[in-house]
Amino acid sequence: MKTPEELHRILADKFGDEVFELKQDEPVAPWIIVKAEQIREVSKFLRDEPGLRFDALMCLSGVHYHKENALGVTYHLFSTSEKHKLTLKVIMPEEDAHLPTVEQIWKTADWHEREAYDMFGIRFDGHPDHRRILCPDDWEGYPLRKDYQVQEFYRGMKVEY
Amino acid sequence: MTNVKENRPGPEVTLSPPVDAGNGLKTQEMVISMGPQHPSTHGVLRMELTLNGEIVTRAIPHIGYLHRCFEKHSEAMNDYAKVIPYVDRMDYVAAMNNELGYAIAMERLMDIRVNDRVEYIRVIMSELQRIASHLLAVGTFGLDIGAFTPFLYCFIEREKILDIFEKASGARLLYNYIWIGGLMNDVPADFKTDTAAFVKSFRPKIKELNDLLSHNKIFIDRTANVGVLPEKVAINYGVSGPSLRGSGVEWDLRKDDPYSIYDRFEFDVIVGQGEMGTVGDCWDRYIVRVWEMEESLKIIEQALDQMPDEGDVQEAVPKKIRPPAGEIYCRTETPRGELGYYIISDKSTTPFRVKARAPSFVNLSVLPAISIGAMVADMVAIIGSIDIVLGEVDR
Amino acid sequence: MGLLDKKFQDSNIIIVSLEKALNWARKSSIWYMQFGLACCAIEMMATAASRYDFDRFGIIPRSSPRQADVMIVAGTVTLKMATRIKRLYEQMAEPRYVISMGSCSNCGGPYWEHGYHVLKGVDRVVPVDVYVPGCPPRPEALLQGFLHLHDKIMNESLVEGTGSKPVVIHDKGGDDIQVKSAEETDEHKTARIEFPQQDVARKKEGA
Repeated sequence: MKTPEELHRILADKFGDEVFELKQDEPVAPWIIVKAEQIREVSKFLRDEPGLRFDALMCLSGVHYHKENALGVTYHLFSTSEKHKLTLKVIMPEEDAHLPTVEQIWKTADWHEREAYDMFGIRFDGHPDHRRILCPDDWEGYPLRKDYQVQEFYRGMKVEY
Repeated sequence: MTNVKENRPGPEVTLSPPVDAGNGLKTQEMVISMGPQHPSTHGVLRMELTLNGEIVTRAIPHIGYLHRCFEKHSEAMNDYAKVIPYVDRMDYVAAMNNELGYAIAMERLMDIRVNDRVEYIRVIMSELQRIASHLLAVGTFGLDIGAFTPFLYCFIEREKILDIFEKASGARLLYNYIWIGGLMNDVPADFKTDTAAFVKSFRPKIKELNDLLSHNKIFIDRTANVGVLPEKVAINYGVSGPSLRGSGVEWDLRKDDPYSIYDRFEFDVIVGQGEMGTVGDCWDRYIVRVWEMEESLKIIEQALDQMPDEGDVQEAVPKKIRPPAGEIYCRTETPRGELGYYIISDKSTTPFRVKARAPSFVNLSVLPAISIGAMVADMVAIIGSIDIVLGEVDR
Repeated sequence: MGLLDKKFQDSNIIIVSLEKALNWARKSSIWYMQFGLACCAIEMMATAASRYDFDRFGIIPRSSPRQADVMIVAGTVTLKMATRIKRLYEQMAEPRYVISMGSCSNCGGPYWEHGYHVLKGVDRVVPVDVYVPGCPPRPEALLQGFLHLHDKIMNESLVEGTGSKPVVIHDKGGDDIQVKSAEETDEHKTARIEFPQQDVARKKEGA
């Protein structure tokens, strides 16, 4: 069982200080911000390192921070043996939102990453089956972006009420 | 940047080359589509199966036929309380549990404490709902396998539970009963006697169900050693709930990450033991649900004994829900597994982001891994034993 | 036989119009397509199961559209599913009926405003005969819907060009509501769906 501060120190020692930022001034859960290109190595380290053993990815969510023109991915990790939790965040610019996949590390990420792509248009480099999951494959736009405009017709059917 | 081809309906399917069967005929793999209208896909799931004869060599689930934009709705509602009806409609078989998860997440975010009467009523309601949901799961699982009678027997009991819910909330299926900070209204005066009577009458029915279905020779033949889900695979895929416990992992959020007042009750975590075949087969996943109903009865009995008679159920309901800026990930155990809500608040009355980590969504993703080598008829058993609710898969 | 009991004396002749006998036979064994979409499907199952028992009315589920008389659209119709529903409807043999069960398939229900992926009423793709309101409708409501369908079937004629006579529902305290058949009204101009190329056309021969 490790606190977020301890986990942050371990990660900072391993990967260097400038990559990580710990946020804990806001209420409830603290989180660690990771650079997009680092996420894969960090995830692998977190899963395999003795004493950390984050073997379960509870949730992976896309977020659209429209005020900052940024897209984010939040990873909620949990260790079934050590019983500690960790929240990782990756924040990317809206125009070029892509990051390495963690599908090979936690299989849970497979469908969750496809969902994040479907809803937000975040691309996951190296994902084996990168396509829409919930919306039809010929759907236009990314529905959960805050500036989403729904299409008028879909295959001849009116979408609006 | 990877080379992403958009507008792809599915991964490319490569069929094996034709094989000479010896008598001048050639055999080859074929692709069939199972669903979205299929009597045993529990809704609108579509499976693209590659078959070698009757053996499944590849299964690709296609989902999204019931994508009802839950997350968009929660961002579009201008009140956190207005999200609750949509939460109900996510896992429509276990609406109470979904409401409970959302209410607890919001209460943790806003630091609201509810009184004991509310906590006990919530626990009783969600355990009753767990029994109702398992009854439906077990009944329809039997129906998929070809046993019609247990389905009818399960529905008799389920209707009794729905009567209790209806007396309290006015609705049979989607209740909007558990609110943030309390309940919609207090339970009726005869709630305790009704529930106690149900518990008393339901206990013998579990034995009846076991006699009818669990130890039926045909049922065992169809489910034992079918769709074996090993422990390591289950954890890596994030499978949770009875499907995970069927693989022999003792993991129940009510015990391991207690929420509400579950630490006050004595109950066991049921795990699959491979009685009829291998640990983690369809029969194990099924029997975990049957015995979990017994455990829920234990919790209900204890809760009825301890429940205080006094207390205002709307004491802590906030007039205006305006949580502080921040975020929370909160998970609870529903009949299908770990239901997590990831809620981000930007200090306004409108949610900034509500993401539901639906257990069925994650549990279904393991299907391609465990269905290789199964027969087409086994697919029905495997889908039924994972117990998916498409409303929750697609949200 | 209930009402028909003891109506006949020592002869085996029953006098009834052919139209009526035919309609009576059809309405007494309506087979519905076992096809659940969402929440309403659970209530549909409850209606078919122990307490409410569809079988009393001769209503039994069939899994194939080819054998079904009525399609109960039980739940939210999404745009992805709408193409399939249209296809299933076209696979049914005539005479065929559609019951739209629940607010979602009537008009989009709770998803009417922000549901970007929800079809706002199944009557935009297939003609609907009976609308059952509720979210979800109680089993009694679905049974009532079937009784209205019975009325409609009993009013149908064999004569060419007459169509079905409008059914009048006597509403207590309000004006009588005329129910027109789906083909008669102009509102039911259903959308033409552009079907995509075959979904399974992607397979390619292995090396």
